[in-house]
Amino acid sequence: MKFINDFRDRELCETLLERIHKEAVREITIMEVCGGHTMALHRFGIPALLPNTITLLSGPGCPVCVTGRGFIDHAIGLSMRDQTMVCTYGDLIRVPGSESTLEKAQADGANVRIVYSPLQCIEMAAQDPETNHVFLGIGFETTAPASAVALQKANELGLKNFFLYSAHKIMPPAMAAIIHEGVKVDAYLCPGHVSTISGTKMYEPLVDQFGVGCVVSGFEPLDLLQSILMLVQQQENKNAAVEIQYTRAVKSQGNVKAQQILNQVFEPCDAWWRGLGILANSGLKPSANYKGFDASVVYGLSTNEPADPTGCRCGDVLKGLLKPTECKLFRKTCTPANPIGACMVSAEGACQSFFRYANS
Amino acid sequence: MCLSVPGKVISIENETALVDVGGTSISVGIQLLEEVSLGDYVLIHSGFALQLISEEDALAQLELVRAMKG
Repeated sequence: MKFINDFRDRELCETLLERIHKEAVREITIMEVCGGHTMALHRFGIPALLPNTITLLSGPGCPVCVTGRGFIDHAIGLSMRDQTMVCTYGDLIRVPGSESTLEKAQADGANVRIVYSPLQCIEMAAQDPETNHVFLGIGFETTAPASAVALQKANELGLKNFFLYSAHKIMPPAMAAIIHEGVKVDAYLCPGHVSTISGTKMYEPLVDQFGVGCVVSGFEPLDLLQSILMLVQQQENKNAAVEIQYTRAVKSQGNVKAQQILNQVFEPCDAWWRGLGILANSGLKPSANYKGFDASVVYGLSTNEPADPTGCRCGDVLKGLLKPTECKLFRKTCTPANPIGACMVSAEGACQSFFRYANS
Repeated sequence: MCLSVPGKVISIENETALVDVGGTSISVGIQLLEEVSLGDYVLIHSGFALQLISEEDALAQLELVRAMKG
């Protein structure tokens, strides 16, 4: 994007920082709920530049991190079946299940392929009708439309060997659950690319019910600083509202066409989130017309969630109750090279962000 | 999983567009967009164009921050 240098312009960032320092008089706790924001904030060193009145917390914004071990266990199980290929985004390949990972299963001969789009999985399924192809649908409102288009395509082509194993989730129930859990959050830095699809109406109940400010932010330093300033101003003026900072990509109505496709293909379901447990209607599963493509139905996959390993505090990290550096495993037994918990595996996980960019 | 890559549309064929991302051409699905034209900037995620990027809004935003310098 030709503006990238402008959105990283030092002088403009300093201008915003000056304003933040001047205006952030009252204490404010801001939670980001997007793994991309978590990584960008630490990568650009923003937490260290803010005044002491501002506390930044990472929330359940990384889809890989909130996905349970049971999902990985089932995915590994599917990949080891005869005549079955599991296709996944690269993000999931090293995430630990109860005993193994997709990467290890692949090394042991299981049929696991990394794809960058579910349409690649559709193409492979069409070319090889003898093999069942299961796509692992992971992610929030940003990736769910891609899975939805893939299901439409599979239906159109009459494929009998393509299935979606969905762990797709939607953000607002988790944002409400965080506050119900008693975590002190004054304001949400709302996810940028989720909002390109969903728009901003879905954040309004959070403002109305809990009085938290919501600003949809972009991912560059200027975006993040401007969003923080907007949230500070809302707090200082006691005027919590939903605002869009990331105006170049997010419209209040979102992407209406993508929403229509999502509504045609998916229906809400209860979903399990690491740290938050089962949240009603926070997941997406194929609707009745697409049931034949639903791997959890076709393969009868249970939704039991094995407990996280002893000592792993990813659940508390995802709720903003614990900083990654406060986990006893952090930097000792749990590192990106040998991750114990999902938040250390994911490039957008809070633990990996802290490991790579934050001072211990 | 949250990051999208911006790119410029250089050709369109049926449901697919070829998008230039920093000198690399990527083929993306355009099923999620109502309208897309040659030269448009789009956000790419998981093999699809998610949304058009508004140059006008980007410029307006930069202007707003520049005005803060006062």
